[in-house]
Amino acid sequence: MKVLTRDQIAKRIAEEVEDGFVVNLGIGIPTLVANYIPKNFFVMFQSENGLLGLGPFPKKDEVDCDLINAGKQTVTAVAGASYFSSADSFAMIRGGHVDLTVLGAMEVDQQGSIANWMVPGKLIKGMGGAMDLVAGAKRVIVAMQHRDKAGNSKILEKCTLPLTGERCIQKVVTDMAVLEVTREGFLLKEFAPGLTVEDVKTATAAPLRIDPHVKEMNV
Amino acid sequence: MKSGKVVAGAEEAIAGVQDGMTFCFGGFGLCGIPENSIAALRNSGVKNLTCVSNNAGVDGFGLGLLLERGQIRKMVSSYVGENELFERLYLEGKLEVEFTPQGTLAEKLRAGGAGIPAFFTPTGVGTKVAEGKEVREFSGRKYVLENSIRADYAFVKAWKGDKFGNLVFRKTSRNFNPVAAMSGKVTVVEVEHLVEIGEIEPDQVHLPGVFVQRIFQGRDYEKRIENLTVSP
Repeated sequence: MKVLTRDQIAKRIAEEVEDGFVVNLGIGIPTLVANYIPKNFFVMFQSENGLLGLGPFPKKDEVDCDLINAGKQTVTAVAGASYFSSADSFAMIRGGHVDLTVLGAMEVDQQGSIANWMVPGKLIKGMGGAMDLVAGAKRVIVAMQHRDKAGNSKILEKCTLPLTGERCIQKVVTDMAVLEVTREGFLLKEFAPGLTVEDVKTATAAPLRIDPHVKEMNV
Repeated sequence: MKSGKVVAGAEEAIAGVQDGMTFCFGGFGLCGIPENSIAALRNSGVKNLTCVSNNAGVDGFGLGLLLERGQIRKMVSSYVGENELFERLYLEGKLEVEFTPQGTLAEKLRAGGAGIPAFFTPTGVGTKVAEGKEVREFSGRKYVLENSIRADYAFVKAWKGDKFGNLVFRKTSRNFNPVAAMSGKVTVVEVEHLVEIGEIEPDQVHLPGVFVQRIFQGRDYEKRIENLTVSP
């Protein structure tokens, strides 16, 4: 079964970004979303370590050790950018001033809860800013593979891992489908090219309602 | 002009630190960390510490230097994934860790310095972070009560500071530094450029000197880059 690449997932999520949005992107697939924003859009990317107006990675001679993103990578700042303290950064995030956050997950469930920071018995690295982001951003979209490496669905009736946040995500974009979280659980909106609704159903360990206008993803 | 805050160097700046104290550190990853103070704390041998810091440094640098010497008993951090020694100490039960969401950590420090003993936040409701804490509903939404933090000493790095302690930070090295400074009962600041009072425009001050007790001209900055990433 042919599923989407990481870049295709990112490209689909970029469609969710509106002109004028302030967006915080997590590490991994979410970071790639920035590559697919239309050039005529004014979008400010927020980095929770204290930068609004994240730019591309620097050229070799532009590297500045005092200018990094939340993944500790060297970055640049765009025109109109600002720097601020961690307290102000999370005032933005928690206070609902960030329009959208995109982050990865180990599990999501039909209540809209997400688990992405801890596996019991394994070494814990910490939640970083993820709990604040899912609790505070206006919209939370999860970008991830539909199934784990063993082929088990990461989309569940109820998360089994310790939560990062409860009832906080609105949409899940995977390598197989686009799902909306509704009060009645997951609603299948789109499936990856070459797949069928049945393929997605089979790969999903949560009840799935099918949108009457369900369609193939445009990627 | 006397402000009484300027000290000669890191060794003098950390005077009075004692075993068992709570220290708070500015910095995000290795960006904006108080390198000189950390080195002096390592040399002082002070131990059994509770260290409040977003991250825990890397092997052989930053707070990794205090971990190496077994000086830290407990870390309060949001993310500690960059340090192998940390992993080992943690797994061997030699190090206690209180994982705290990054925004909650920043607010704990800010509130501590602002005279607010606790606050309600939506972050962490329904998760392990909220276990054992009061949860209260406001306008139909749940919030968890978090206690603020006052540190015995705060160690801060700024780009520029005057002799009263007015500080200017540079780019994203600001991060946790202003809130760390606010939370300290004794706040020790090291700067790349120590200037005379009056040389910093009042409009340009990022953190007023009232939060600073000791300030010194730092030296030999390594300013290590954790994750060098360039575009072609």
